[in-house]
Amino acid sequence: MRVLRELFHRKLALLGLIVIVLTVGVALAAPEVVPHDPTEQLFDGLTLEGAPLPPGGTYWLGTDLLGRDLFSRLIYGARTSLLIGIVANGLAVTLGAAIGVIAGYVGGWVATALMRFTDLMMAFPALLLAIVLAAVFSPSLWVVALVIAMVSWVQVARVIYAETQALARREFVEAERAMGAGRLRILWHHILPHLVSTLLVWGTLGISTTVLLEATLSFLGIGVQPPTPSWGNIIFENQTYFGSAPWLVFLPGIAIVALALAFNLVGDALRDILDPMQRGQH
Amino acid sequence: MAAYCARRLVQSLLILLGVSIITFALLYLLPADPARQIAGRSATPEMVASIRHQLGLDQPFYLQYLHYAGRLLSGDLGRSYVQRTDVTALILTRLPPTLVLMVGSIATELALGLVMGMTAALKRNTSVDRVLMVISFVGVSAPQFVLGILLLYVFAVRLAWFPIGGYGSLRQLVLPALTLGILGAGWYARMMRSSLLDVLQQDYLRTAHAKGLSGAVVLLRHALPNAILPVIAMIGLDIGTFMSGIVVVESVFGWPGIGQLTWQAIQRVDIPIIMGVTLVSACAIVLGNLLADLIAPTIDPRIKLR
Repeated sequence: MRVLRELFHRKLALLGLIVIVLTVGVALAAPEVVPHDPTEQLFDGLTLEGAPLPPGGTYWLGTDLLGRDLFSRLIYGARTSLLIGIVANGLAVTLGAAIGVIAGYVGGWVATALMRFTDLMMAFPALLLAIVLAAVFSPSLWVVALVIAMVSWVQVARVIYAETQALARREFVEAERAMGAGRLRILWHHILPHLVSTLLVWGTLGISTTVLLEATLSFLGIGVQPPTPSWGNIIFENQTYFGSAPWLVFLPGIAIVALALAFNLVGDALRDILDPMQRGQH
Repeated sequence: MAAYCARRLVQSLLILLGVSIITFALLYLLPADPARQIAGRSATPEMVASIRHQLGLDQPFYLQYLHYAGRLLSGDLGRSYVQRTDVTALILTRLPPTLVLMVGSIATELALGLVMGMTAALKRNTSVDRVLMVISFVGVSAPQFVLGILLLYVFAVRLAWFPIGGYGSLRQLVLPALTLGILGAGWYARMMRSSLLDVLQQDYLRTAHAKGLSGAVVLLRHALPNAILPVIAMIGLDIGTFMSGIVVVESVFGWPGIGQLTWQAIQRVDIPIIMGVTLVSACAIVLGNLLADLIAPTIDPRIKLR
């Protein structure tokens, strides 16, 4: 509650929160909100010369190359972006946290093996590794989410590893152990609760990264496959016409930046609020 | 120091070994059968089997890996089944444009990022600081293809100040370098801001002020050099972002480097090329990290060597 109240006091974070809530709401209510079926090629959706319609008029954000309503496609695209962003980042944070906690708490050769593997994954550029994985497995919505998760857990694992290691050495953990608490009990009651704020911060900041990665993969044609609309593949489909129909590229572009920025602003504010060590420093 | 360098070098080599095992495992798991791809659609099962034997694909995993690692050591990244040429040769011919773009975009992001970060730190907690930090946030929240197409639309299509794409002249370098540079600058701006704020709090700066030096002298002679060096040492860590960025930016601007090569390979599902570029990028990242680790203690002797 304190966190929420402090969040409301920061203008930028509040703005980010509003954008997120709006996007989530619109995505959930997509079937009720959209004026047209996003995959329907409308009979009056193109000019007589076969060019897409500009914004304004019947279709108020215009139509795309195939004469589909851009507004409806953007709304359904929000669904895709959020779904992949949240699922992929949820998987990445869970995997990263599990690896970090196990390595940090168990220590020894287990930690060495896990953290060396993490270092190894750091050596791959995330996008290229995702491209390889997407090329290996044929992309569907869930595969794209999985691929993004597989390249995004590394940072979380490192941060959680460092924190768990530091926590495991603290006096109160030492005291619990001396009183005969079991390892799992200490882990569950005394270590995990202290990791919640870090996980919350990464859970928010990470969504911004996964949304961007999905958009980029879809822009390269190996992410979400048409006709399912995603902000990235709307740009991919229409980019050759950006000179004559710029709205087809810039409206989804603005949507991507707005959502990624919103999660970044909220995540950064959360980090500020939840990390008392950093408060007031800069 | 020598022991530290040696240890970091061995660690880097071990990571490269791991990288080669992972890329090979991915190739091995691939559903597409290279023998069938080479033989073509009309090949009989016997022909496919004989090509598979020729390529050594009927051998066990570890033997195939040793074979693969041996070829990598001699600089052979395999053959593109689509283009029917050596991947190494393809990457080498595409490398110079990418290096040009790399120099251009790193120069841009450093120039923008350092100036932004410096201004923000000096105007700390004012509206200038807040606006700059929001801009740096937009920088890390915008995908490269959106900014790339935006710059292309405004400065090449509408204003016609720069050519639409291609490679060869300085004017063609401006837009792709700006795309990568503007987006990368946000990161450097934040680093520069916190680095300069750290330095400004140090006692030796108070001493410099106290002995009557002017504000400008204190900043230029005493604060900036110490604040900038650790930020510049970060270039080595930034190579991964660059290698990911070039795939998108080179395809948007038709820049004939290894990023465009990768993009073309994606369109044709030409896995050996994608793998080759991934491997080369991983080497670049490991090298970049190694250099960053080796340079950092030279710049700041207080850094503990581990």
